[in-house]
Amino acid sequence: MLKFENVTKVYKGGNKAVDNINLEINRGEFVAFIGPSGCGKTTTMKMVNRLIETTEGNIYVDGKNINEVDVVELRRSIGYVIQQIGLFPHMTIRENIALVSKLLKTPLDERNKRAEELIDLVSMDRSYLDRYPGELSGGQQQRIGVLRALAADPPLILMDEPFGALDPITRDALQDEFKDLQQRLGKTIVFVTHDMDEAIKLADRIVILRDGEIVQVGTPDEILRTPANEFVEEFIGEERLITSRPSLETVGQIMNDSPITVHEDVDISETIKTLIDRKIDSLLVVDDDNYFKGFIDIEIINRYRKENVKVKEAMVTDIFTVKEDRLLRDVVRRILRQGTRYVPVIDDEGKLRGIVTRASLANIVYDSIWGEDEDVVLQ
Amino acid sequence: MDQMMTFFSDYGDQLLFKTWEHLYISFIAIALGIIVAVPSGVLLTRAPKLANGIMALVGVLQTFPTLAVLAFFIPLIGIGKVPAIIALFIYSLLPILRNTYTGVKDLDENLKEAGRGMGMTVKEQIMHVELPLAIPIIMAGIRMSAVYLIGWATLAAYIGAGGLGDFIFDGLNLFKPEFILAGAIPTTLIAIILDFLFGRLEVALTPKGIRDKNATKNPA
Repeated sequence: MLKFENVTKVYKGGNKAVDNINLEINRGEFVAFIGPSGCGKTTTMKMVNRLIETTEGNIYVDGKNINEVDVVELRRSIGYVIQQIGLFPHMTIRENIALVSKLLKTPLDERNKRAEELIDLVSMDRSYLDRYPGELSGGQQQRIGVLRALAADPPLILMDEPFGALDPITRDALQDEFKDLQQRLGKTIVFVTHDMDEAIKLADRIVILRDGEIVQVGTPDEILRTPANEFVEEFIGEERLITSRPSLETVGQIMNDSPITVHEDVDISETIKTLIDRKIDSLLVVDDDNYFKGFIDIEIINRYRKENVKVKEAMVTDIFTVKEDRLLRDVVRRILRQGTRYVPVIDDEGKLRGIVTRASLANIVYDSIWGEDEDVVLQ
Repeated sequence: MDQMMTFFSDYGDQLLFKTWEHLYISFIAIALGIIVAVPSGVLLTRAPKLANGIMALVGVLQTFPTLAVLAFFIPLIGIGKVPAIIALFIYSLLPILRNTYTGVKDLDENLKEAGRGMGMTVKEQIMHVELPLAIPIIMAGIRMSAVYLIGWATLAAYIGAGGLGDFIFDGLNLFKPEFILAGAIPTTLIAIILDFLFGRLEVALTPKGIRDKNATKNPA
């Protein structure tokens, strides 16, 4: 998909920003370039759409040497998201999103349809399309910035610290949303960041650069487990090396795998007995095939007690769940932030597999701080 | 009051004609100024080294006394409207050129890069991004030029271009203050009205998305 071949960039004055980089990026891969400032990560990325010209070496996109393609066409075929969002303040959101399509002379009604499709992707209301960027929050603007890059459906998207200017909570939410979007759409992404958390969370492969050279390339796991040298170790940080201990990896390993459940067709009144017997205040609701449906707690039961309703009519369905194969280091913070006492764990199909409680998380946090290498005690 | 009525009945036609002449000279000069200075200003942003030299040169031209420039044109292209328009045109250049140049040059670098990175041709960058965003500043330059030019155009009478300056020079030569006023008052009125109209035009031409932002920046 994207190939760097002995790529070197020397700026005027002899400053070597990028030094003989060789790298191959596969279709659908999410690659993060990371390193301290001045390491050449942004330069390397900008050489792909020729915002910066290479001094030596070649870059191939889809097998074509980018220097042999018309620069305007090259850029239109590559999505580009910049750090400061870069939405045009004088254009409506619709015009911003549809800009590349307009440059490509796509008919107006098709452009409008595309803009509507795209804004649906990030669950923003369509009425935003006719607003101006100045009327949107930073997080919303950057969502639009991403959509704008997606508009002409380019297979490759370059992103230059796109979430860097956002507050931590918005950034976290946007990262999740974006990772999800990327997996659904199967785009190849080159992503520049200086935030290791971000790289670990989003990237399939991380490229660590220093002084214009590649120090290490690997999956987040490889890099966390076998840092190539002291520089990488320092860059990753002590703390992350602990939380990435191989003994504790996925949500599945720490969850309680026999949560107390109730069938969705049971009458509300019958659940009371279960609660009393087990000395708990809420139940997870499942169907015949153990698919997770929702949950019900003592307050809800109390409210419906006198009416003759089934559990499935009273239960809460909109609740935060987590997949059992998710890596712990990705989800711990999110689970804690949700503020709920427990989080149901499901598999890819949506079947209930277990439950993670705040108590079990507290154990992990305790464990990683004190570095004890013993098994986590579950509740 | 009677005096004024007599003046109007005697010179009313002439006043209208001179006013028209005045506007005509000024508008052609300013129109030429816009046609030349706006594109040049944009082009200069593409050649920063050249730009510094040109801006300095135009700045020097601007300091020449208007009367001297007008006189200077007499041996070259004679007298009449054409030399006057040429001289005024030169004066109109600097504010427009400078505002266009700085307006476009000082645009947010990120926005320019976004445009380039999305694959805009140079022409598209200018038409879709740079000009619309720099419009408020460019228009401010045009407005300033227009107002100055109305004043300077009175001097055009000196080289036989006509206009309201004729009244002023006649008044000076014949020691008739009412003639001086008949030239000066309409000139001032035109300048004020023009300033107001260009102000409105500036708002109308400013894209909606950046209008509010500008309004909060400098509450007028």
